[in-house]
Amino acid sequence: MTTNTRDHLGRSIIAVTGLGAVSALGRGIEENWDKLTSGTSGIHRIERFDTEGLRTTICGSVDFMLGKDASSVDLSYAMAEAAGTEAVSMAGFPDDDFGGPLFLAAPPVEMEWRFRLALDKEDGATRDEAGYERLLEIARKHPDRAIYNSTQCSRISELLADRLGTRGLPITLSTACASGASAIQLGVEAIRRGETARAVCIGTDGSISQESLIRFSLLSALSTANDDPARASKPFSKDRDGFVMAEGAGALVLESLENALARGAKVHGLVLGCGERADDFHRTRSKPDGSPIIGAIKAGIEDAGLTPDDIDYINAHGTSTPENDRMEATGLAAVFGDALASTPISSNKSMIGHTLTAAGAIEAVFSILALREGVLPPTINYDVPDPKIELDTVPNTARKAEIGTVLSNSFGFGGQNACLVFGRAN
Amino acid sequence: MSTTSRDVLVTGIGLVSSLGEGLDVHLEHFSGAAPEPVLEREAYAPYSVHPLPEIDWSQQIPKRGDQRQMETWQKLGTYAAGLALQDAGIPFDESVRSEIDMVVAAGGGERDAAVDAMVMERARKTNAPEKVINETLGTELRPTLFLAQLSNLLAGNISIVQKVTGSSRTFMGEEAAGISALYSTRARIASGQSEIALVGGSFSAERRDLILNFDLAELMLKSEWAPVLARRKGADGIAVGSVGAFLILESPEHAERRGAKVYAKLVSAVGDRGKRDGDGTAKRFAELLPQIDPSDLLIFSGASGIAEHATIETDALAKAYPDAARIAYGSLLGHSFEAHVPAGIALAAGALSRGTILTPTDPANEQAQSAAAKRAVVTAIGHLHAEGACYLEAVDGS
Repeated sequence: MTTNTRDHLGRSIIAVTGLGAVSALGRGIEENWDKLTSGTSGIHRIERFDTEGLRTTICGSVDFMLGKDASSVDLSYAMAEAAGTEAVSMAGFPDDDFGGPLFLAAPPVEMEWRFRLALDKEDGATRDEAGYERLLEIARKHPDRAIYNSTQCSRISELLADRLGTRGLPITLSTACASGASAIQLGVEAIRRGETARAVCIGTDGSISQESLIRFSLLSALSTANDDPARASKPFSKDRDGFVMAEGAGALVLESLENALARGAKVHGLVLGCGERADDFHRTRSKPDGSPIIGAIKAGIEDAGLTPDDIDYINAHGTSTPENDRMEATGLAAVFGDALASTPISSNKSMIGHTLTAAGAIEAVFSILALREGVLPPTINYDVPDPKIELDTVPNTARKAEIGTVLSNSFGFGGQNACLVFGRAN
Repeated sequence: MSTTSRDVLVTGIGLVSSLGEGLDVHLEHFSGAAPEPVLEREAYAPYSVHPLPEIDWSQQIPKRGDQRQMETWQKLGTYAAGLALQDAGIPFDESVRSEIDMVVAAGGGERDAAVDAMVMERARKTNAPEKVINETLGTELRPTLFLAQLSNLLAGNISIVQKVTGSSRTFMGEEAAGISALYSTRARIASGQSEIALVGGSFSAERRDLILNFDLAELMLKSEWAPVLARRKGADGIAVGSVGAFLILESPEHAERRGAKVYAKLVSAVGDRGKRDGDGTAKRFAELLPQIDPSDLLIFSGASGIAEHATIETDALAKAYPDAARIAYGSLLGHSFEAHVPAGIALAAGALSRGTILTPTDPANEQAQSAAAKRAVVTAIGHLHAEGACYLEAVDGS
């Protein structure tokens, strides 16, 4: 019997043949999935830097891979390397000679404070007044390419391309908190165009620093439930008060189903559809009528050749901010109607926090695992339901459920909305 | 396996640089008797900077509130995007603009230099610098500055101001971002995944924090300014230039349906990367160059001002296209990283369409045209990594 390898539009069906993950819960698919399905939180007090004077003192940073002095680029790379090599190896390719393109969602990076402060301490400037003019004088006396590298947005993809043996010019992208989903979408599109038989798509974010935390804090986006870190992230709860910043990486090897079957690879799941829509309302808030979110969800389901009734489980964006969770539920209600009440929806962010640039990729990995294992990870800390959001959030305990399809949502600042639809491998 | 492949047309151009705004101003400058750059040599000495001209932002960003929410690189990009949409004749109508895809090549990280100086000043007097950072940033940073720093917020602002909402993707990483933006957008339209897209980028050069990053790697030109290909090793480097460059790319069917004017065909846009050793770089770059008839060809070299790369590029171009006309457009625009390749495409498409004969800025290292070009190649050797080449053809009847 031959398997159909074309979708409803005659395009290549996209198989997922490799997965990799790092989060505050641990390194690797197995550790992450075990903890995720047992409802473990990875949120903890910040130890990377002094938190005195900060409104938020908790996070889901990844502290077990590199030391405190690692730059955002170093940590983002280390996690992407761990997830990327795991995924490429799982797919059965040499982890240093993948042989296909790389699509990387990576955090925008800038010079870090310790470099500015260290430069300011150097001698060689005629100007004593603190500021960039002084630093420029010092830079001319004491150039340091390593600092420059830590400010380069393409540094991580350059290192990864060499490490994984990918081909061509990698794309490094940022669509804010939808970045991980966008990276997958770019991989899907390249395979559908027939440019490549396989692609590795990675989202990584190791950018928790004093300044990044303060920036989100100044926008009132973060939870200040510092007393009990493990209980701070409570998506869809009435008492939710913001998201918890976190770090991690997710990686997927995508492949045309035809190619995967021909080489006898194990198929862990399918990417059936992608949808996106930009919002023109506000820099941080969604259009009040939810139309861009609704448009992205509909586009993803339609691209998969499905209808909302066909979706068995929703892996929510579910950040735990008052605004996101309300708008996400509103958007879903408009698309799913009455069926929403009986469609399970859970947010991994209740356990791993919001991994920002990496979130879409990590949640894609977890969605594929949910399909493969027949287990829905829970939304933990769901003790006080929000009466305005009536959802089956898979509260607090994982649930066994044979599912055939998953919708995974990702929304970000700057009007970014991306929705992916995954299917079970046959 | 690719089922469809169709032409991809350039149907709109929005270009802003130190030379002024709009395609005409640029072509006029590039075809003048002896083109000279507009340079700021004092304010950032010893660095040379190609600064922005006076711009009435309200022409493309009518709401003051929107202008206030953006820093210069975002205003510049949003403005150039508006010019491209207007030039393409796309009405300011949400139902039309909500169908347009968008790919933006962006850096980011605009900073508040005064606050940064304050942190450094206070940190000198303490042995607990982390406390100083918390206190100072927590009280002094404007909350909305973050939104002027995020790379994808240029695209976000274009959605808000110009109402382009079909899709929104931001590519990062200096020259590579510009190459990939053209590559990806072209491929989507050629394959039928998109009908019409806004693609481009912007770079604001008048930023000491960015110049600092570059000069820590000794990349900046500190000697007397010279055209990019004339900078010799030891006196070479980058003169940064403020540029906003956006294009409308479109399928022939879509362009015909709305009666769009066509500047040129974007036949290919490709890039690669790898180890930066002389021979490897030369080989990769040479392999990216399209194999085409070099007659009626004009090459737009995106040379950055780094001498070693210029040599590699010039040798490869001379071999691939002996005697072809060639200019290095960074001499007049400055180097603009993410925006550099989009700016080269804008100039190339404009020159092909108008039949403009461009004048070498640097006759010793460039090659004058003998006739109007029918074909153009835009090249890039990224300042640290990535190589790219884009190929454009004039359309019949233009």
